Amino acid sequence: MASSKDYQAGVKEYREMYWTPDYVPLDTDLLACFKCTGQPGVPREEVAAAVAAESSTGTWSTVWSELLTDLEYYKGRAYRIEDVPGDAESFYAFVAYPIDLFEEGSVVNVLTSLVGNVFGFKALKHLRLEDIRFPIAYIKTCGGPPAGIQVERDRLNKYGRPMLGCTIKPKLGLSARNYGRAVYECLRGGLDLTKDDENVNSQPFMRWRDRFEFVAEAIHKSEQETGERKGHYLNVTAPTPEEMYKRAEFARELNMPIIMHDFLTGGFTANTGLANWCRNNGMLLHIHRAMHAVIDRHPKHGIHFRVLAKCLRLSGGDHLHTGTVVGKLEGDRASTLGFVDQLRESFVPEDRSRGVFFDQDWGSMPGVFAVASGGIHVWHMPALVTIFGDDSVLQFGGGTQGHPWGNAAGAAANRVALEASVKARNEGREIEKETRDILTEAAKSSPELAVAMETWKEIKFEFETVDKLDV
Amino acid sequence: MATLNVGNYETANTLETFGFLPKMSATEIQAQIAYIIANGWTPAIEHEHPNNAFDYYWTMWKLPFFGEENMGNVLAELEACHRAFPDHHVRLTGYDNYTQSQGSCFVVYEGRT
Repeated sequence: MASSKDYQAGVKEYREMYWTPDYVPLDTDLLACFKCTGQPGVPREEVAAAVAAESSTGTWSTVWSELLTDLEYYKGRAYRIEDVPGDAESFYAFVAYPIDLFEEGSVVNVLTSLVGNVFGFKALKHLRLEDIRFPIAYIKTCGGPPAGIQVERDRLNKYGRPMLGCTIKPKLGLSARNYGRAVYECLRGGLDLTKDDENVNSQPFMRWRDRFEFVAEAIHKSEQETGERKGHYLNVTAPTPEEMYKRAEFARELNMPIIMHDFLTGGFTANTGLANWCRNNGMLLHIHRAMHAVIDRHPKHGIHFRVLAKCLRLSGGDHLHTGTVVGKLEGDRASTLGFVDQLRESFVPEDRSRGVFFDQDWGSMPGVFAVASGGIHVWHMPALVTIFGDDSVLQFGGGTQGHPWGNAAGAAANRVALEASVKARNEGREIEKETRDILTEAAKSSPELAVAMETWKEIKFEFETVDKLDV
Repeated sequence: MATLNVGNYETANTLETFGFLPKMSATEIQAQIAYIIANGWTPAIEHEHPNNAFDYYWTMWKLPFFGEENMGNVLAELEACHRAFPDHHVRLTGYDNYTQSQGSCFVVYEGRT
């Protein structure tokens, strides 16, 4: 009997096997869009095929053991090439991967394939993963957010408005007892949540256990005095998973509602494990994104944040930082709205004006609160409510604790500004345009807000965005 | 002595959403009812003695007003509940059956203690 194929050693052009422009993607395929910038002289089809090959079954040389399997079934396929608007040097390559290339419930495995060796490939000058379409069949294998937006609202009793938070400052150097004082002042003044800074872990000046105990009193006392539910994101990010779980267990013993993790520096394996622990223990999980700008800021290389956000929703987290659009940190408005949708909605249609390259069906996976944090203050409030809507956490660090009267007054000022904005929005007013009127009116009954408005009236952060949408 | 010019925020019992705004007028309450109805949510009324206000579950005043489109009727029910339980907090909720959550929820009358 003749063999179906002959083994021919040597180097083949990638496009012979991996460029398949007639391919119609299956509903179960995982689809990816890469922005490719090839070395001069390399044809686009060859670059696209190389990306598909190196991120799936291919290697540089043909090997005999390929003939022991059906590579036609397992290979990734470059199926479409598109121009990048306004950029002659780069192009988009669309690649389809069969679902069986990936372990169920493992964003780790997906990323190891899609953004592995291929990013160092010499035939490419730059490569950026712009978007992934996860098939609903794959999404159903992932745990997702431990609680999700709806459950968190019910537990924390917060309805009809964004939640208010703040990161405790100075971010390093306070003793545990003084730190707890700062938390208590913010919460009694009207914030819903406070947050450990991402680099607060367990340093010599404040060990984690001491911090947890003092913060617990701040929460219980402020709940009793205000009649409202309160929380503080206790950062359990740690050098080892064992230590991380130890800290999470202690937060549970103290009846704390929410803990926190840094998903990129801590890693997706740790994050997914912690999300599972949270689901099993009735704990909410706040996710910080330190290191993201290293990965996502360059417009031609790396991974767009919309991909990292999708991966986080699959790995698990109830809150994720998304930037503020208006504050001190980078963030284009349309692009930000594009990945905020990916966190919260059950279906997001393709929309190039928001940088969304595929329809994405999330099925019944719970949503993640978008967190806007960094360089925002009371004057931004109507804009933030308009941009982020109710399912968000607005975090004012300097904008709370920098108030001339202290944290409690700063918190009250933000709370008044938030509620006045929400009330005006519900009444049908265009609150972003009417910022000055709405805040001035609200400040008549809140001296705390009047002082805050005076303090921050001149502060703006207006720089050009580095990573703009391709339009 | 600059610090002597600093104001002092006294902790208040604020009862969640809109707890930091002045008491709303009837017109302002109607605008919020209109917002609930315009979103397709179902208005509902609950009341509870201030001592138990931290509980998730307050006592329901009748059933949620399914299909109610008249703001005046909802306002009248709020007033009736307040008259019947003057020492209770009375809150208005907009039930959202799509998100299975509450699109809006705020205390309209605070109980006199």
